[in-house]
Amino acid sequence: MITVTNLNKSYRTRSGTVSALTDINLHIEKGEIFGIIGFSGAGKSTLIRCLNRLEEPDSGSIRIGETVITDLKERELRLARRKIGMIFQQFNLFDSKTVFGNVAFPLKAAGYKKPEIERRVGEILDLVELGGKAGSYPSELSGGQKQRVGIARALAGEPDVLLSDEATSALDPQTTHSILELLADINRRLGLTVVLITHEMDVLRHICGNAAVIEAGRIVENAPVRELFHNPQSDTAKRFAGIYDFYNNTGNSGQLEVPKPEQREAVLR
Amino acid sequence: MREDVVDLLWEGLRQTLYMVAWSSVFALLLGTLLGITLVVTDKGGILAAPGVNKVISTAINGVRSIPFIILIVLLLPLSRLIVGTTLGPAAAIVSLSIGAAPFLGRIIENALREVGDGKIEAAKSVGAGPFTIILQVLIPEALPALVRGMTIAVISITEFTAVAGAIGAGGLGSLAIRFGYQRFRTDILLGTVLLIILIVQILQWSGDYIARSIDRRRFKNG
Ligand SMILES: Nc1ncnc2c1ncn2[C@@H]1O[C@H](COP(=O)(O)OP(=O)(O)OP(=O)(O)O)[C@@H](O)[C@H]1O
Ligand SMILES: [Mg+2]
Repeated sequence: MITVTNLNKSYRTRSGTVSALTDINLHIEKGEIFGIIGFSGAGKSTLIRCLNRLEEPDSGSIRIGETVITDLKERELRLARRKIGMIFQQFNLFDSKTVFGNVAFPLKAAGYKKPEIERRVGEILDLVELGGKAGSYPSELSGGQKQRVGIARALAGEPDVLLSDEATSALDPQTTHSILELLADINRRLGLTVVLITHEMDVLRHICGNAAVIEAGRIVENAPVRELFHNPQSDTAKRFAGIYDFYNNTGNSGQLEVPKPEQREAVLR
Repeated sequence: MREDVVDLLWEGLRQTLYMVAWSSVFALLLGTLLGITLVVTDKGGILAAPGVNKVISTAINGVRSIPFIILIVLLLPLSRLIVGTTLGPAAAIVSLSIGAAPFLGRIIENALREVGDGKIEAAKSVGAGPFTIILQVLIPEALPALVRGMTIAVISITEFTAVAGAIGAGGLGSLAIRFGYQRFRTDILLGTVLLIILIVQILQWSGDYIARSIDRRRFKNG
């Protein structure tokens, strides 16, 4: 479904060029929930934002389905983006619009007619269990409800892919759980491919099939999540798996060093 | 108090309101265009064009650095070209509009910049184009700030109208000069001052009211 080949991205800053992604190669199957983990600044957001070209890659290619995203002109890219939903850590809802207005936005932008928009928004709001909130403004919703609106907006155009950049990091554990359930449910029901960045071990373990580990802009490990936990190869994966064991006291923690407090801090932040 | 006071003040008020209304409309149109252009053409904007941005920004700074009374004089030929005269309220509207537009442009630019990048990215991520983003995201999201900024601008235009009165624009400013200053008619001078204060208060009150009702609808608990 998604194939990334030799992707590079650097940022030019006043103090010089920062290489954010180096020679990224990745394949994600249709219908899977693919995780991306790594410490802060590793390049996770940059990678996922290259997939819908919110960031322009320097070189390399990205293919989603039959479309070579990296070849598209501005106008074609806009059409392609309708099939690539995205959700954000800070939700990024429109305060000026009701829940209905937020979810209708992509459909209006795509030129759908009013009855069609009303029908679709109704269906999607039911799917995310917000049927009764259509007339509310975002400020009247809880964090979890806001993210449900974010998900509904991302799904409005019936995308094939959903990109999630730490979508649960601003939520408490219980709400996180319900949002993950929702994503897993949507993944099953709609056959949606999900690419999901996370800091949280639980997220990875609960819903991701495969995951890539990023360290300093490079993919250092790409394996089924079970393997990442039981036989981590990279430093990052070892620390993540170690921390997970440390807190859950299960699995093969005996083989792993207990993480230092500051490492735990970094993961849990 | 002489019996001509009411007639004079009424005529002055009429002319002032006429100038403020039309200058505000034209300055708002021009200023909105400038403000939006400044935001979207900025580096990293949705229609990034740093060259265009630089030119407009420099032009705005240029016009804004000219004292208003001098700007009016500079714009006299333009007034003659557009309305056929350099005297009276219609001529003043030309100078007032052009003088206030750059100020409004900056005010609108600032209001629009308050809209978080995240919202614009969310709009981009569903395939919205630049014009949809301007009309459906930037402007509605910034609306309360836009209304507050425009209120300040319209009040400034009211003040400028009084200044323009000094050089033949008519209106309350001109009354104050002609009768209050040149003929020592304290009653008329006080009358004009009271009326201008009243206009400013009403403008401020309306602007606050509109901005607050928008905010209250969106943020019911805040
Ligand atoms: N707009 C930018 N300009 C300059 N450098 C940037 C920019 N965005 C990201 N970077 C740099 O690129 C690298 C990767 O950043 P990125 O945001 O992708 O990390 P991340 O893995 O998502 O981190 P976090 O977990 O903190 O969100 C970092 O070194 C960061 O400083
Ligand atoms: Mg990030």
